Amino acid sequence: MKLLRMQPGHGELLLAEGDVSVPEQERELIEAFRAQLDAGMWAAVPTTTGSGRREAELVRSFDEARTAERVIFFPRAAGGR
Amino acid sequence: MLLALSATAIVILALLWEVAMPALEERLRRRRARRRRLPSHPYDPGRERRAEQRARALLKSCVNAEEWEMYRDLGFLRVWGGSGEGPGGHAAEGREGAPYAYLIYPHKPIVAYVPQTGLLLSEYCVEFLDRSLQDGARLPESDDVLAKWMALTGDEHRVIASANMHLPGRQIDPQQLRRDLWRLGRWERERMRRQASRASSAGSR
Repeated sequence: MKLLRMQPGHGELLLAEGDVSVPEQERELIEAFRAQLDAGMWAAVPTTTGSGRREAELVRSFDEARTAERVIFFPRAAGGR
Repeated sequence: MLLALSATAIVILALLWEVAMPALEERLRRRRARRRRLPSHPYDPGRERRAEQRARALLKSCVNAEEWEMYRDLGFLRVWGGSGEGPGGHAAEGREGAPYAYLIYPHKPIVAYVPQTGLLLSEYCVEFLDRSLQDGARLPESDDVLAKWMALTGDEHRVIASANMHLPGRQIDPQQLRRDLWRLGRWERERMRRQASRASSAGSR
């Protein structure tokens, strides 16, 4: 699993990468995941539906993203001008 | 008597401390995470261009081929609406159940419209500002488009509820929108024609 974060002036940033079946790596992934949610980011998992359509799933916990290859964190939506 | 009351008060305080401590620690941890500032850098065009290239590669890896080509060729993305009622859950009079779609532009409002008629419904002003940076910096253009795409396909109601809704024309010229819808229609017809000719040439071999 890769945890990526959109970063102004940089593009995506690799926050953490690891195998969820390895306890130590899983712990690091969970810590990095929680830190991003605590910082107010939204987490999305890009997916492909059965019909081949691409979409994203917004996840609120690590368990929801456990089987994902990558999770993309981005700033939460707020009303703009 | 006084000694007994003091001892009771101390026990009560200790118990309250034990109960409240985890919640206080958790709140403190969240507060620290929110306040942690990432370094911000002065504007550098080269760095911004590289950031945009990375953002485009990420966008391409997430959306399907048609959507990617649409963004590459036209500069915006179309996302189909997921609600049968219309954006925001409000069924417009005489349009119940009609499909609707959104146009996503970088760093501009999301525009809802009816594909069959080209009727513009509303502008949804939404921002994805990184508040962990000192100046609430903006994402690269393609990251902004991807953030809108992920938010709309992942939880349409949540992002629409977060946005400020305005009538069409507040920020994006309706003439430009109509021109873009016309360009989109022509682009789709050409793409289908190309695909059909590729399929027929492959079949004749």
